[in-house]
Amino acid sequence: MAEPIIEIKGLGKSFRSKNTEVTALRDINLTVERGDIFGIIGMSGAGKSTLVRCINMLERPTEGTVFFDGRDLGRLSPRELRQIRRSMGMIFQQFNLLMQRSAEANVCFPLEIAGVDRATARKRARDLLELVGLADRAAYYPAQLSGGQKQRVAIARALASDPKVLLCDEATSALDPSTTASILALLKDINRRLGITVVIITHEMHVIEQICTKVAIISDSRIAESGTVEQVFFHPRTDAARKLVLPESRAPVLNLGSHRLYRIVFDGGSSFEPVIANMVLECRTPVNIMFADTRDIDGKAFGQMVVQVPDNDETVRRMVNYVTGQGLVMEEVREV
Amino acid sequence: MFDTETLTMLAEGVLDTLYMTLVSTLFAYVFGMVMGVILVVCRPDGIRPCVSLYKVLDIVVNLTRSFPFLILMIAVIPFTRALVGTTIGNTATVVPLVISAAPFVARLIESSLLEVDRGIVEAAQSMGASTWQIITKVLLPEATPSLINGSAIAATTILGYSAMSGAVGGGGLGKLAIMYGYNRYQTDIMFATVVLLIIIVQIFQEIGNRAARHSDKRQS
Repeated sequence: MAEPIIEIKGLGKSFRSKNTEVTALRDINLTVERGDIFGIIGMSGAGKSTLVRCINMLERPTEGTVFFDGRDLGRLSPRELRQIRRSMGMIFQQFNLLMQRSAEANVCFPLEIAGVDRATARKRARDLLELVGLADRAAYYPAQLSGGQKQRVAIARALASDPKVLLCDEATSALDPSTTASILALLKDINRRLGITVVIITHEMHVIEQICTKVAIISDSRIAESGTVEQVFFHPRTDAARKLVLPESRAPVLNLGSHRLYRIVFDGGSSFEPVIANMVLECRTPVNIMFADTRDIDGKAFGQMVVQVPDNDETVRRMVNYVTGQGLVMEEVREV
Repeated sequence: MFDTETLTMLAEGVLDTLYMTLVSTLFAYVFGMVMGVILVVCRPDGIRPCVSLYKVLDIVVNLTRSFPFLILMIAVIPFTRALVGTTIGNTATVVPLVISAAPFVARLIESSLLEVDRGIVEAAQSMGASTWQIITKVLLPEATPSLINGSAIAATTILGYSAMSGAVGGGGLGKLAIMYGYNRYQTDIMFATVVLLIIIVQIFQEIGNRAARHSDKRQS
């Protein structure tokens, strides 16, 4: 089951211009297992797009190795590399469709490159357009399609060569929220039905929450933290992770005589019970709810709430005991 | 206004001019296409960087382009004679026209190909396309509307050069204008050749515009 398909070891990448050297990635170690939907999240400029390009060698790493399906990509000849890229589909933020080709001809493109005969290619293109829900748009040109439709064509194109992995570079960042949701649902469906491993690069936490099983947080050219989405979401260990789970812009700024903030994490079981109200009744002390957000992660309701508690250690201890007794996590949030 | 003889002469002039222009444009594209593609593919950030080849070609193109056509035409006379056996007439004019126009065409093609979105090229690379496949299946087809527009510009420029060649042994409308209009002060013939040239340019440009628009699938 836990069979690695992509293994990145000690990877580093720096770009050299005339006098300066910019390090985009340093000492990256990651393992993506077969069947994962693996999210890589980071702020813009963190190096995540460079990282995904190192996976299919569009960018050559300056250090370290990338193994795909057990083969060291750095040691392949150009011909072997082109061959292996056919087992890695890729989709992009700007879709990157051929503008002078129809949707169907775009999906045929990777097959043409691989030398598949025309009739077979067209048949496969039709099937794939059907799979992404665009069977009736085969003859349309990209300029006649909406953003979401273009991304669907791009997904069909990426699947044409029967890849083992689908690399998504900010694939939903140019789309509106409802289109994003439908594209993510499609990616999840592809992962489940076709067993294709998906690697998603994004700067949006909700993308990770909606479909990923594992996540790596990239910050300042390094992997700050990685693990299952639940682990990282409930128990962020690093500042970079906390920043993404609890974005600064949404953090409380009010001052009611106390700065003590606690985060209560809901794990899907009890978010519909009036936990906070019960806690207030139980402890006979009001709290100020600074932030609340619950959402659907992988079919279960998860969420978090940030409350401002009184400056009284005893009361706080009782509150934490109460909430922990309900099977929830309650931990202090450092001031932001 | 003109007698039959003059009209025949003008008609022949038009045919000669079209012959020189179209044959030269064709050959200029054969060489210019190769140079333009190399300039794009081999540039430092190209799909197959080869900086030394790029720099040499870049300099050669700039050198050839800075030659005034009339001077170039005289300078290559020995080469023209060696190649076609004569230095006067329509076919002889094609040689300097091609030499002069090919680098210009190379630049036009270079700029058209550079307009192709790098992301599309990257997508093709991610699918395992070879350099040759990227050139033939991505760069050239995606740049087609712009290439067609460029070819209208190239044909128009070559038409202008071909008229200039009338001064030093070339044929066509340029020769008529110089022989009759300049040497014999027959302003009416001079005027007729100018009008004919204007019409030809208009036709080239119109064909180019329409073909480019027709081929472009980017408008919905």
